[in-house]
Amino acid sequence: MSERNKLSSKLDTQVDDPIVSLDHLRVEFETDGGTVVAVNDISFKVFPGETVCLVGESGSGKSVTSLSLMRLVEFGGGKITGGKMLLARDGKKTANLSEVDVDTMRSIRGNEIGMIFQEPMTSLNPVFSIERQLTDGLRLHTNLSASETREKAIELLEEVRIPDPEKRLRQYPHELSGGMRQRVVIAMAMACRPRLLIADEPTTALDVTIQAEILSLINRLKRETGMAVLFITHDMAVVAQMADRVVVMYQGNLIEEGTVNEIFSAPKEEYTKALLAAVPQLGQMAGTSLPSPLNIPGASATVKPTSGDIGIEKKTLLEVKNLVTRFPVYGGIFRRKVANVHAVENVSFTIDRGETMALVGESGCGKSSCGRSILRLVEPESGQIFLDGKNIISLNGTELRSARRDMQMVFQDPYASLNPYMRLREQIAEPLNNFGLAGRSEVDDIVHDILEKVELPTSFLRRFPHELSGGQRQRVAIARAIVVNPSLVITDEAVSALDVSVQAQVLNLMMSLQDELGLSYLFISHDMAVVERVSHKVGVMYLGRLVEVGSRSQIFENPQHEYTRTLMAAVPIADPKKRNISNDMSFKPIPSPVFPVGHTPENPIYEEIEDGHLILRN
Amino acid sequence: MSIFKKFLNFKGIIGITLVLCVVLIAIFAPLIIPPEFATKMDMRARLSPPNMAHWMGTDQLGRDLFYRVMLGARTSINIATSAVLMSLVIGLPLGLVSGYFGGRTDNVLMRLVDTLLSFPALLLALTISAVLGPNLQNTIIAIGIAFTPYLARLIRGEALRVAQMPYVEAARSSGATNSRLIIGHVLPNIMPVVIVQSTISLAFAILAEAGLSFLGLGTQPPEASWGLMIQASRDYLDRAPWTALVPGTAVALTVLGLNMFGDVLRDVLDPRSQS
Repeated sequence: MSERNKLSSKLDTQVDDPIVSLDHLRVEFETDGGTVVAVNDISFKVFPGETVCLVGESGSGKSVTSLSLMRLVEFGGGKITGGKMLLARDGKKTANLSEVDVDTMRSIRGNEIGMIFQEPMTSLNPVFSIERQLTDGLRLHTNLSASETREKAIELLEEVRIPDPEKRLRQYPHELSGGMRQRVVIAMAMACRPRLLIADEPTTALDVTIQAEILSLINRLKRETGMAVLFITHDMAVVAQMADRVVVMYQGNLIEEGTVNEIFSAPKEEYTKALLAAVPQLGQMAGTSLPSPLNIPGASATVKPTSGDIGIEKKTLLEVKNLVTRFPVYGGIFRRKVANVHAVENVSFTIDRGETMALVGESGCGKSSCGRSILRLVEPESGQIFLDGKNIISLNGTELRSARRDMQMVFQDPYASLNPYMRLREQIAEPLNNFGLAGRSEVDDIVHDILEKVELPTSFLRRFPHELSGGQRQRVAIARAIVVNPSLVITDEAVSALDVSVQAQVLNLMMSLQDELGLSYLFISHDMAVVERVSHKVGVMYLGRLVEVGSRSQIFENPQHEYTRTLMAAVPIADPKKRNISNDMSFKPIPSPVFPVGHTPENPIYEEIEDGHLILRN
Repeated sequence: MSIFKKFLNFKGIIGITLVLCVVLIAIFAPLIIPPEFATKMDMRARLSPPNMAHWMGTDQLGRDLFYRVMLGARTSINIATSAVLMSLVIGLPLGLVSGYFGGRTDNVLMRLVDTLLSFPALLLALTISAVLGPNLQNTIIAIGIAFTPYLARLIRGEALRVAQMPYVEAARSSGATNSRLIIGHVLPNIMPVVIVQSTISLAFAILAEAGLSFLGLGTQPPEASWGLMIQASRDYLDRAPWTALVPGTAVALTVLGLNMFGDVLRDVLDPRSQS
C-alpha cells in the first residue's frame, strides 16, 4: 500500500519521458457499409513503471487503440489515418509507430512491446509445445543458443510461478488449465523484457480466482521489471485494483483521463459517473434482505428496492432433491463408456414463489448443468424435481413439453440464443404457438404487451435479431421466456455477456418483472457482486456439489465454507482505496470432476448453523 | 420490394439473366426449331468451322452445332434439375433427421449413406442405369441416387451443428416439438449450404449425364444433349476444337449463371445481409 502511494506520488511529479505517447490517433475501418471510425481522436501518454488502464464498453475503441500500437490493426482491415504514436526506444531514436516500416515494427513487436490477449485458449498455437511457443520470440529477437533459450524459457516459467517448469516445456497447450495457459501467454510476452506490456482484457475469460492470480502476477512483474503496463478492460473493479492512471473511452473518443483516485472518487464526466454507478459492488448490500435495483443515472425509472410482497402466500415453488447429473466419457477402440463427468452431484434446494435463488460457482462447477437438468434439457441420472408439486422427472415427452410452460429459460449468449432467420414477432410468439395458448388475433396483442413490459418499442416487431444490440436481444430473450406466464425462469449467465450499463438495465428489468409478475428466478452466475444484488437465496457450487446454501445475507455476511470465502476474497473490489488483489495470490486449483464408471461419491453431510444456512461438512 | 432490390446487383443481374436465358431456350427451342435440324447430317460439311451456313460449325457427321446446342438444352437441363431435385428430396430429410436426432438414428442412416459413398458416383449411376435400362427417366433416377449421399452427408453435418445452437435449445425449452424444431429452426439455418451445394450439383449432373451418354446409357443418339456433344468431340479436339467449345461454353455459362444465382439467392434469404 505504501509502495503504491509512493508510486502515485512519484507520478504527480513525473520527470521521466513517456515510453509511449499517443497524439491524436485516428483509426478507420473500411466496410461494405462505408467507413467506420473506430478511434476518433485519442491522445494519452504511458510513463515507465506505471499501469494505465484503458476502460470502456464494447465498441469504445479500446482494443483497436492497443492493436494500433502494435500495428496489428492493419491485419484486421483497419487503417491508421491520423496522429502519431511515439515510442521511446532504448538507445535508439524515438520511433513514430504510425509511420515506421514493416521491419522496424517487427523488431519492436514482442521485443520492446509485449502483448497479452484475452483468450488463453486460442492465443496459444495448439500444435506447438510450450517450449516452442516460448522460445520463438527469443530466437527471433536475441542471439541466444538453443540451450540458453531453453534455460531462459525455464526461468520465464518460474517467473510467472508455473510449478514444474521443465515438465511444462514439453507439454502442449491443451494439457494446461486456463490459468496456466494465461501464465504461459504472459511469459511469452515477457520473454524479451519489453518496456511496455499491453494486456487486452487478459482476465475476462477467466474464473474469478484465476483472475485474481493473474492480476497479482501482472502487478508483481510490473514492480520487479519496472515496465509500463497498458491494461485494457471493461471491468471497473479490475481498473480499481490495477490502475495508476485511467483513460476512459467511449465510441472512439477519450472521455476522461486521470489518476485512479480522481476517477473513482471525483469523476468529472457524466459517462464516467454512469459507468461507475452501474457497477455492482460486493458488500454494498450488507444489512438488507431484499434485492435492490441498480442506480442508473439519467434513467427515468424510479429506483426502489423490490418489495418482496407479491400478494401470494410464501409457498415453495420448486423443490430439487438429491439431483445427480453425469455425462459419459467414451474411450478405447470400442468407444465404450470409461468414465463419468460428475456435473451435478446430490444437489438439493428449494425456491419459493417470487423468490430469486442464485447459483454461483466457477466454470465447470455444474451450475449450468443443474439449471438445464431442472428443465430436463439434459436428463438427470437420479433425483427428484417438483415444480408446484408436479414431479418433473416422471413426465413423458408430451407431458414434459407442456410442463415446460411453467419453467422457462434465458441463455447466456444473446447473439446465439435467437434464431437469426426469425423476426422478433415470430420469436416472441413462438412459445404461444407451441403451447397453443392464443388464437391468431390474440397473439399480436400479447406480443405487443410483452414488448412493452421488457421496454422495447413495438416498431421492433418486424426486425431481425442482428438489427438489435446485445442488451436489446437479451430483452427479447426475456420476453420470449415470460410470454407464456411461467412461474419459474432459469437464467443461465444471462447478463454476463453484456456491458455494465446494459447489464444494470437488464438486471433492473428482471427485478421489476419479478415484482410485477411474481416470478421466481434460478439465477445462475459466476459474478458474486451481481448475485448479491439480485438474490434472496444463494447456493455456492463447487465440483458439482452445493457447498453452502443460505439467504443472501447469511452467505455474503457470514460465509462459512472455505470455498465461499475463497470466492469472496478473489472478487476485485471496485474501490482503488481497498486493494485486495495483492502480491502473489494463489488458490487451490479445482480438481477434475471426472471419475471412473462405478465411482459412488459419499453422501453430503450438511450442518445447519442457522435457520436455512447449510454448510457442506465432507 | 426490398427482397426484389437485393437481387439487383452485378452478380444478381448476370446470374438471373444467364439462368433465364438457359431456361427459356430449354423450354422454347424445341417448339420453334424443327427437331430434324439437330439430326440432319451433311457429310460434305463434316467438321466445318463456324461459317455463314453453320455459324457455330458442324460436328463429325456434319450436324449443325448451333441447333444441337439449342435442342440439347432441354434434355440436359431436364436431367440435371430433375436429378438434383430428386437427390434433395431424399437427401435433405435424411440429413436433417440424422443430424438433428444424432445417436443411433444417425449411426444407422450414415452407415447406409457411407455404403453408397464408397462407390464412385458415376459408377453408381452407371450400375443403376444399366439395371433399369437406358432412358431419360432412368438416367434421372440414376444420377439422383448417385448424388444423394454427398448431399445427405453435408446436410447432416450442418444440421448437427445447428441443432446444438442455443436458439434451438431455447426453442425446445419454450415447447417446440421436434418437427417444429427441424422445419422451423434447423432447416432455415442450413439453407445457405443447401442452396450453394445444389447449384454446384446441377453442374456436376450435366456432366454426369455426359458420362452416362458416353457409355451408351444416357441420352440415345441421334438425340442431342450437351454432355453427349462434349463426349463426341473428344476425337476431334485437335482438328475441330469448336465441337467441344460450343457445348462446353453452354455448360460453363449455365453453371456460372447458376452459381451466381445461388449466391445471390443465399444472400437474399439471409436477413443479416444488407439490403
